[in-house]
Amino acid sequence: MALDEIKIGGLGASRRRVEDNRFIRGKGNYVDDIVLPGMLHMELLRSPVAHARIKSIDVSKAYDIPGVRLVLTGEMMAARNLAWMPTLSYDTQAVLATDKVRFQGQEVAAVIADDPYIAKDACQAIVVEYEQLPVIVNPFQAMESGSEVIRDDKENQPGNKIFDWEIGDKAATDKAFAEADVISKMELHYPRSHPSPMETCGSIADFNRATGKLTVYMTSQAPHIVRAAVAMVAELPEHMIRIVSPDLGGGFGNKVPIYPGYVISILASILTEVPVKWIEDKTGNLISTGFGRDVYLQGEMALRKDGKMLGMRMKTISDHGAFYADAQPSKFKIGLMHSAFACYDVPAAHLESVGYYTNKAPGGVAYRCSFRVTEAMFFQERMVHAAANDLGMDQAEFRRMNLVKDDMFPYRTAFGFLTDSGQYGKCLDIGMKAIGYDNYKAEQAEARSRGKLLGIGISTMTEPLGAGNSREYDILGIKMFDSAELRVHMTGKAILRTGAMNQGQGHQTTWAQIVAHELGIPADDVTVEEGDTDTAPFGMGTYASRSTPVAGAAVAMVARKIRAKARKIAAHLLEVSEEDIEWELGRFYVRSNKERGVTIQDCALAAYSNMPDGMEPGLENNAYYDPPNLTWPFAAYFVKVEVDAETGVWDVLKVVAVDDCGVRINPMVVEGQIMGGLTEAYAMASMQYQTYDDEGNCIGSNYMDYLLPTAWETPGFELHEVVTPCPHHPIGAKGVGECATVAGPAAFVNAVVDALGHLGVRNIDMPMMPNRVYEALTTGKDISGMPPVKMGD
Amino acid sequence: MTSLYDEVQAAPGAGVPTRRVTIKVNGDDRTVDVEPRLLLAHLLRQGLKLTGTHTGCDTSNCGACTILFDGRPIKSCTMLAVQADGHSLETVEGLASASELHPIQEGFKEEHGLHCGFCTPGMMLAAKALLDKNDNPTEDEVRWALSGNLCRCTGYQNIVKSVLWAAEKMRAESN
Repeated sequence: MALDEIKIGGLGASRRRVEDNRFIRGKGNYVDDIVLPGMLHMELLRSPVAHARIKSIDVSKAYDIPGVRLVLTGEMMAARNLAWMPTLSYDTQAVLATDKVRFQGQEVAAVIADDPYIAKDACQAIVVEYEQLPVIVNPFQAMESGSEVIRDDKENQPGNKIFDWEIGDKAATDKAFAEADVISKMELHYPRSHPSPMETCGSIADFNRATGKLTVYMTSQAPHIVRAAVAMVAELPEHMIRIVSPDLGGGFGNKVPIYPGYVISILASILTEVPVKWIEDKTGNLISTGFGRDVYLQGEMALRKDGKMLGMRMKTISDHGAFYADAQPSKFKIGLMHSAFACYDVPAAHLESVGYYTNKAPGGVAYRCSFRVTEAMFFQERMVHAAANDLGMDQAEFRRMNLVKDDMFPYRTAFGFLTDSGQYGKCLDIGMKAIGYDNYKAEQAEARSRGKLLGIGISTMTEPLGAGNSREYDILGIKMFDSAELRVHMTGKAILRTGAMNQGQGHQTTWAQIVAHELGIPADDVTVEEGDTDTAPFGMGTYASRSTPVAGAAVAMVARKIRAKARKIAAHLLEVSEEDIEWELGRFYVRSNKERGVTIQDCALAAYSNMPDGMEPGLENNAYYDPPNLTWPFAAYFVKVEVDAETGVWDVLKVVAVDDCGVRINPMVVEGQIMGGLTEAYAMASMQYQTYDDEGNCIGSNYMDYLLPTAWETPGFELHEVVTPCPHHPIGAKGVGECATVAGPAAFVNAVVDALGHLGVRNIDMPMMPNRVYEALTTGKDISGMPPVKMGD
Repeated sequence: MTSLYDEVQAAPGAGVPTRRVTIKVNGDDRTVDVEPRLLLAHLLRQGLKLTGTHTGCDTSNCGACTILFDGRPIKSCTMLAVQADGHSLETVEGLASASELHPIQEGFKEEHGLHCGFCTPGMMLAAKALLDKNDNPTEDEVRWALSGNLCRCTGYQNIVKSVLWAAEKMRAESN
């Protein structure tokens, strides 16, 4: 009898999470929970100013404090060729400053002491003399001729421009615009935001002089990339480096880059020959580690008067801070910005992107995002909203008219992506019904007559998740495949290891469900391990919603290899030829006699005790999976708001999310991801952003100034699903973790702008704080975020 | 039982003044010598090895370090260890008995109230403080009680459901 897949925790089971057992007991193992014998503690001294030449550093007073073991400065790093390190975007970044500090919060010195309190005291005793330089806090200042050159450490870097990049067919786009009946324009700033996982970054470096082995416990979403980078930077042999990512207290892209603190802790351990722990404080995390967004977007859309989209062009100006530390596939300078408009049938498109250095924290990381798709989709849906209004068309109908139809797949976008599946119209219908779209116009008019401002915002999108195929996607030249290794023990229990890295997604639970689906081994019988480079197969880690599309596919593929070997064993046990055997979940049987069969567990035991002559013993294998394409989930989000006409405060009345992420491994976990993403969307729309004053002081350096929504403000969510299996993924799954963060913000902004639509307001930059909405209400004008600089034509 | 915060004691600064405090932690009296400036959260984590209490933000905003202080929820990163002298504390490690989870713990697992788990101990203790006073809260009362605790993963909806699940179970058990 075939097993009941849901009962064994297979595909589609809302299996309760295995990892919860330790977390709910306070028995998680985060990096700060790890204590090694003789461990010292490291603290960083950061620059208080945004741009200055370092005239001198005097560390003598720090050494006067009892318990201080070592003080490291840039000069000492430079003596070991470690003052600079490569970033994941082919730039360099200072580990400890030698010549200049280039942003507030930059690492200037490190103290290693017996306890963290002493180390902090000693940082305050270090005297640094700075000579201040002009500060550049936005790309418009950076591009001015004669402006201070931030990266004077680099050769061939005359100004502050990092890249100038374009994609698309300019001539065809120009033609589309020449033939357009209506041209609609949009210009906005996607403000700088910090992923801000609850847990900050940290590491414990443990260099063992006797064995020559370096072990680093650290907060990394991609431990294997770190191992490769450490091998190259520290010139240690790769087999003598072990990177361990323990439990991570959230990541959201913030824990992808390699930070100076990690590198300094490694050198400190090599010098002191004892383990050195570095745990970043929250301010350090917020002011120095990978931020997201900070892009100015401008564009226009060519339209036929009946509503057909004919072409679009976009220009982006991005602020990357002092070092280009984005972590992008090397082929694409502004990530996958050109995935904008992928869900619409737009024949011609052109994108031009320019990036600049500024005296701000480095980054531009993919914050719950596949390499800048968040900015792309936000712009897309704000542009579409404005275009529908310019045409006098209904928001939903304008989208429906231009969305790629079900029978058009595979569909090649104007920028060259190949979307392969979806039921966009169906998702739109479900969302419209759930939000009550039919009655809405009357409801809005009636409310307005009572002085109430109602608005509905729609955001629809497909995005490229699961980088990626090796033809196009790499980090530092390493192709973005992923891996899984499965070992079935003789009693039919198993251990699975992958190259991904869980940070809350629940891999321990869901990977086992894929094994259960492929082999019929109950998920409870499968242990899942990740994050230890000495044991896990090489993989590119978890970010950009790539775990399920890539590592998850590898899990299915390795399980299939195991099943193929088990089939040979089954034939041997049943004394028939392999061709006469059929498979049903958990069991092989003889085709002519279904009663005669052996379970996968029988095969496992035989692999160790009764294998066929000539067969290699054991039942284990590995799989490296290079996906043929990205996966293309679709999302349709609907937000209904009421704006208080007297104060500009807006309340969310309803949020409806329709997600099609293909086959869902664990529906409970998928829904959890969507709700988490919607909350980050609400956060960015309403309160969460980082800005800088003219002197480069980060406003948003702690949770008093960097506002995150609590349970009290956060709205409730109504979720719906549509399932269009991914045609190329072994179990038909698509990525989902970031969809709501990517497409969500535009739904909130569109809703508020819709509520104010009768006043002629086209745009309010995020976050839509009440003062901004109030200003829009009272002036009828668009509200731009800082700085109010025009981008030119 | 005596447990010293070993890193402070190991420091060569022998002249560092310390204070002896006795604190009841999860039912056990613990007597420790601490530097007067030591934060309670750090005493729990490093001194008493109770690493289930997390420190997230250093500014009393995030609530990851929430514990119960004489039954009231407090942020242990904002209290000095010496201030806890003579008081009774409950941390996440005290929620479950040897054989049984607390209904709040069960609720968080059952309703998927956690992803990365970092905020979870603080959330559960804030929830316990609520349910100890009010075993039949409304959704709004739960949201308000948890408004001092940040979560970046879940979006709170399932955390609220987890607490309501626990409330229902606690009511059923007390009947």
